[in-house]
Amino acid sequence: MNSLPLLSLLVFAPWAGALVLALLPRLSPSASRGLALGTSLSTLLFGLIACSDFNPAATAYQFVEVHNWIRALGVHYYLGLDGMSLLLVLLTGLVAPAALLASWRLERDVRLFNLLFLLLQGAALGVFLALDFFHWFIFWELSLVPAFFLIKLWGGPGAPRAAYQFVIYTLAGSAFMLAAFAAIYGATGSLSFPQLAHAAAGGELAAALGPWWIKIVFVGVFLGLAVKVPLFPFHTWLPSAYAEAPTGASMFLTGIMSKMGVYGFFRLLWPLFPAQLHAASGVLLWLALAGVVLGAFAAMAQTDLKRMIAYSSINHVSYCLLALFAVAGGGSELARDSAATSAALTSAKEAALSGALLQMFNHGLSASALFFCAGILASRNNGNRGLADYGGVRTSAPLFAGLCGLAMFSSIGLPGLNGFVGEFLIFRGVFGLVPYAAAVACLGLFATAYFLLTFWQKVFHGPVAGGGKNFADLDGLELATLLPGIVLMFLLGLAPQLLAGLINPLVTTWAAK
Amino acid sequence: MIISAQHLWLIPALPLLAAGIGALTPRGGRSLSAGAAIAAMVAAFILSCLALRTALIDPAAHQTFNFAWFDLGHGAVRLGFLLDPLTAFMCVMVTFVGALIFIFSTGYMKDDANFKQFFCFLSLFAAAMLGLLVANSLLLLFICWELVGLASYLLIGFWFHKPSAAAAAKKAFITTRIGDLGFLFGILWLYDARGTLLFFDGGHGVLEAASLSAMAGTTLSCGLALSTAIGLLIFCGAVGKSGQFPLHVWLPDAMEGPTPVSALIHAATMVAAGVFLIARVYPLMSADQVLASVPVHALTVVAFIGGITALMGACIAVAQNDIKRVLAFSTVSQLGYMMLALGVGSWVAAIFHLLTHAFFKALLFLGAGSVIHAAHHEQDMRSLGGLRGPMKTTFATFAIGMMALAGVPFLFSGFWSKEAILHAALEWDVSILPLIMGLAAVVLTAFYMTRLVAEVFFGKARSHAAEHAHESPATMTIPLVILAACAIALGFLGTPAFPWLQAKLLGEAEVHGHSLLVGAGLMGLSIVLVALGLGAGWAIYGRKLRQSATAKDPLETASPPLFAALAARLGFDELYAATVGRANLAFGALSAGFDRYVLGGTISFLTRFAHFTGVVSLENDESGLNAGFNATSEKLRGAGQSYSKAQTGDAHGYLRVLALAFVVLVLLVVLGGGR
Repeated sequence: MNSLPLLSLLVFAPWAGALVLALLPRLSPSASRGLALGTSLSTLLFGLIACSDFNPAATAYQFVEVHNWIRALGVHYYLGLDGMSLLLVLLTGLVAPAALLASWRLERDVRLFNLLFLLLQGAALGVFLALDFFHWFIFWELSLVPAFFLIKLWGGPGAPRAAYQFVIYTLAGSAFMLAAFAAIYGATGSLSFPQLAHAAAGGELAAALGPWWIKIVFVGVFLGLAVKVPLFPFHTWLPSAYAEAPTGASMFLTGIMSKMGVYGFFRLLWPLFPAQLHAASGVLLWLALAGVVLGAFAAMAQTDLKRMIAYSSINHVSYCLLALFAVAGGGSELARDSAATSAALTSAKEAALSGALLQMFNHGLSASALFFCAGILASRNNGNRGLADYGGVRTSAPLFAGLCGLAMFSSIGLPGLNGFVGEFLIFRGVFGLVPYAAAVACLGLFATAYFLLTFWQKVFHGPVAGGGKNFADLDGLELATLLPGIVLMFLLGLAPQLLAGLINPLVTTWAAK
Repeated sequence: MIISAQHLWLIPALPLLAAGIGALTPRGGRSLSAGAAIAAMVAAFILSCLALRTALIDPAAHQTFNFAWFDLGHGAVRLGFLLDPLTAFMCVMVTFVGALIFIFSTGYMKDDANFKQFFCFLSLFAAAMLGLLVANSLLLLFICWELVGLASYLLIGFWFHKPSAAAAAKKAFITTRIGDLGFLFGILWLYDARGTLLFFDGGHGVLEAASLSAMAGTTLSCGLALSTAIGLLIFCGAVGKSGQFPLHVWLPDAMEGPTPVSALIHAATMVAAGVFLIARVYPLMSADQVLASVPVHALTVVAFIGGITALMGACIAVAQNDIKRVLAFSTVSQLGYMMLALGVGSWVAAIFHLLTHAFFKALLFLGAGSVIHAAHHEQDMRSLGGLRGPMKTTFATFAIGMMALAGVPFLFSGFWSKEAILHAALEWDVSILPLIMGLAAVVLTAFYMTRLVAEVFFGKARSHAAEHAHESPATMTIPLVILAACAIALGFLGTPAFPWLQAKLLGEAEVHGHSLLVGAGLMGLSIVLVALGLGAGWAIYGRKLRQSATAKDPLETASPPLFAALAARLGFDELYAATVGRANLAFGALSAGFDRYVLGGTISFLTRFAHFTGVVSLENDESGLNAGFNATSEKLRGAGQSYSKAQTGDAHGYLRVLALAFVVLVLLVVLGGGR
C-alpha cells in the first residue's frame, strides 16, 4: 500500500483550508477565495493520484488506513476506497471547485462562505471514504451544519424557512439511522462496514439481531438514507432548499449531497440488509418510479427555473435507486433455474448497477451545470428566475445558450453526451429484471425532454423580451466555471470506458452476489 | 484504394470534423465553415463511391468491423460498422444530395447572420446521418438516430427568434421522441432476449439465422411471436421519424426551417431513415412470416400504416396553399408508399423509391427554395404566379421534378420506382386495400402537383414580390440542373427490363431482366390514373388561372366543408392538443399539486403534532435546550432577519421526538432483541 495517507489527505485537506480561513479573520476576500479554491482543487489532485494508483481489477478496498481510535468501544479510524468511492471523490473534485468559482462574485462575508463550503466538501469526502459507522456518521451529520448556514445566510428570500426544513427533515431521518446503528452495535459490537457486510452475508447479523429487530433496524437505516437522496415521498424539503440556496450551494447540494444518500444505499443498506431490501423491493420500486415519473411531471408544472431543475434532480436520482431496487428484488421470480436465464439476469444486474453508478456521476455534472446556468440567468436579471421572465436570450448570448444547451441535452440523455450511457444501462438492466418498471419509467424520459425543451423555448428562443434584453454573454470566469464540465460531458459520452473501466470489476462482483 | 468495413468510420467522421471546425471558428469565419462542410461532403462522397465498389464485388456479403465500446460485466458493449450494398447505396445518395444542397445553401443563406453556424449544424446532421447508415449495431444506429433528431431540432429552429420556428422545433423533437420511446423499448427487449445488439457478428448477430429462428419461435402470452413484438416496437421509431400516421404532425411544421434544410433533412434523407431502419432490420421484421397461426404479422401493420399515410398525405396536400407545406405533405405521402412497399414484402422497391424520391424531392424543395429566395420569402402560392418567364431554369427543373413525383411514364424515375411498389402491392395476398390506397394516391399526387405548378409558375404575378422575381444565382441553379438530370436517369437503374439496383441490393451477382410488359395491366391502369390526375388538375387550375391572391380556390367553391377539413389537416393537431397535450399538462399540474398539498400538508401536520407532543411532555427541557439553541442562532442570523416563533418551536419539537425515539429504540434493543 501507499505510504502516504492519501485518503486522510483527501478528507482533511479541505478542512485544513477551512481551519486556515478560520484562524485568519483579517484575510482579504480575494485571498479567501483563492485559498478556498486551491484547497478545494486538492480533492481533484488527490483523486487523480488515487486514480492512477488504483487497481480496478482488485475489488477490495484500496489505500486502506485503519487505526484504533476508541479502544473501549472498538471504534476504528477506518478509511478505504473502491471504484464507487473513487467515482464520487472525482466528482466532488470537479463539482466543488466549479461551485466555488460560481460563487466568486459573492461579496458578503466571503471568508465565512468559503470556510463553510470547505467544511461541507470535507464532510462529503469523509462520507465517501469512511468505513466505520462512528466517524462516517459524524461526517454525515457534520455536512448538515455548513449546508444549513450556506442556504440560510446566502440564500433567497425564502431561505431561512427552506434551510430549516432541510435540516430538521434530514436530522429526523438521521436520528432513525443513528438509533438503528446503536441497535446493531448493541447486538454485534461492531461498527465497521466491511465486517458488518461480511456478517450480513454469512447470516450472523440477522441471527444477532433477531428476525423482528433486523426489520426495524432496516427501516431506521432506510429512513435516514431515503430523506437524504431523497426518495419519494421524503423529498418535500428538496425543491425549496435547492431553489433558495445560493448558486454554489445548489450546485453542491444536487451534485454531491444527493449522491451521499445514494452512496449510503449502495454501501450500507444493500450489503447489510440484502434479504430485507429484497422483501421490500416491490414497494420501493414503486416509490422510485413515483420519483421518476412524478418528479418529471412536477417539474413540467414549475414556473421557477431552479425549482424545475430541483424536481428534475428528483427524477434523475430516482433512476439510480430504481436500478438498485430492481437488482435487489427483481428477477428472482424470473429465474427458473435454467443456466441461460440466470446468465441473462446476471448481465441485466451488471447493466443496472453500472448504469446507476455512471448516472450518479453524470447527473452530478449535468445538474450542477444547469444550476449554474440558472444562476447566471438570475444574476443578470435582478434574481428573477421565472420561465416567463426571459425571451430570446440566445440572440444576445449565443455562447451561453450553446453551453447551457449542451448541459440540457446531457440531462435529457441525448446519446453522444454523458447522460445517455448511464440511463441506457439502467433501462437495459431494469428491463431485464422488472420489465414493467422500465415501461413506466419511460414516461419520465418523455416528460424530461418536454419540460427542458419548453424551458429552452421560452428562455432562449423567440423574440428578445424581458430579461433577455441586453443579456451579456459569458465572461471569462463563467466560461472557466462551465467549460470543464461541458468538455467532460462530451468526453464521457463518447468514451464511457474512462469511467466504466474503474467500476466494472466491482460491479461484476456485486452482480454475482 | 480499397474501402472496407473497418474504414467506414471515416465517412461520418469527415463531416463531424467539419462540424467541429464550424463550431470553433468565430462568427466571421463564413467561408471556412462552409468550405470545410462542402469539402468534407465531397470527400465523404468519394469514399462512399469506393465503398460501393467494394460492396458490389460480392453483393451478398455483409462485411463487418466490430469493436468493444466499454466494458460491462463479463463482456462489453460492442458497436460496429457494416458494409453491404444497402449501406453503400444510401451513403452515396446522402453524400451526393448533401453536397449539392450544401452548395445551394451558400447561395440561399448568403445574407444570414448565422451563416457559419448553419453549416456547422448541416455537417453535424450529415455526420449523424452517415453514422446511422454505416452502423452494424442497433445501439449505434439509435445513437445516430437521436443525433439526427438533434440536428433536425437545431435546424428547424434555426430562425429561433420566430416563435413559430421555436415551437415547430420543439414539436418535432417531442413527437419523434414518442416514437423513439417505443423504439428504445424494442432495443431493450432485443438486447435482453439476445444479449447483443450487433446486426451481423459471425452467426451471433441479431439479424442472423440462429437469432431469428429463436425469436420467431418464442411466443408471448398475448399470442404474438417475440420477433413480431420487437419488430413493431422498432417500427414505432420509424413511424415517428418518417412522419407516418399518426405521428406525422411534426413534419409539415418542420417547414419552418430554411428551405435547404427542408430539402436535405425533411425530404431526402432523415425522414427516410425510418424506411432505411425497417429495411435494415428486414430479416427481423419478416421473421414471423413463417408462422401461419399468429394474430398479426409485423409487416402487415407496416403495410397498412404505409397505405393510410400515403393516401392521407396526398389528400391533405390538395388543400394546402403554402408551397412548402404541399411538398411536406407530399413527402408524408411518398414515405407512406415506401412503408407500404416494406409491408407488402418488397424492401428493395422501398429503397429504390427512397433513392429516386431523395433526388426528385430534393430537386422540388430546392426549386421551391429558389422561388422563395427570388420572391423575398413569399411562400403562399396564391401570392406567387407567373414565374415561368423570369425563372426559366428553375421552372424547367421544377417541372422535371414534378413529373417524376407525379409518375409520368417511362422517362421519369418516380414512375419506375412507384410501379415497383404497386406491383409488389398487387402480389401481396393478405389484402388488396393497400394497393387501392396506393392507386388512389397516384391520382391525387398528379393532381396536387399540377395545381402547384399552375399556381406558382403560370398566370400572372399576384404580388409585388412575385413581379420582381428574377432567376437565382448559379450556386443555386447548377445543383437544380444536376438533380434534375438524376431525377430522370436514376429510374433506369431499376426498370423491370434491367433491375440492376434491385439485384445488387438482394445480393445477386447476375441481373435477370424481365420483359417490360410483365404486369402491363397494372402499369396501364396507373398510367391512366396519372393522366387523370394531371388532366383534372389542369382542367381546374390551368385552364382558368387564378386572378388574384384573395380569390377562392375552385375546390373550396365546389365543396367548402371538405376543403376546410383538408386545409386544416384533418384536425390532427387540434385533436392531439385537446387530448394528449391537455392530459400531459393536467398530469403535470396534478403531480405538482400532489407534491405541494398532499405530501407538504402531511409533513406540516406531522410537524405540528411533534411540536404538540414536545410541548406537553418535556416542558422542563425546553428552557434549557431553547436557551442554548437560541444563543447560537442569535449570533449567526443577521440583525434584520427573524424567523417565526412557530418554526423555532417546530424544530425543538422535532428534536425532542428524535431524542425520545432514540432512547426508546436503544432501550428496546438492549432489553429485548439485543442478544
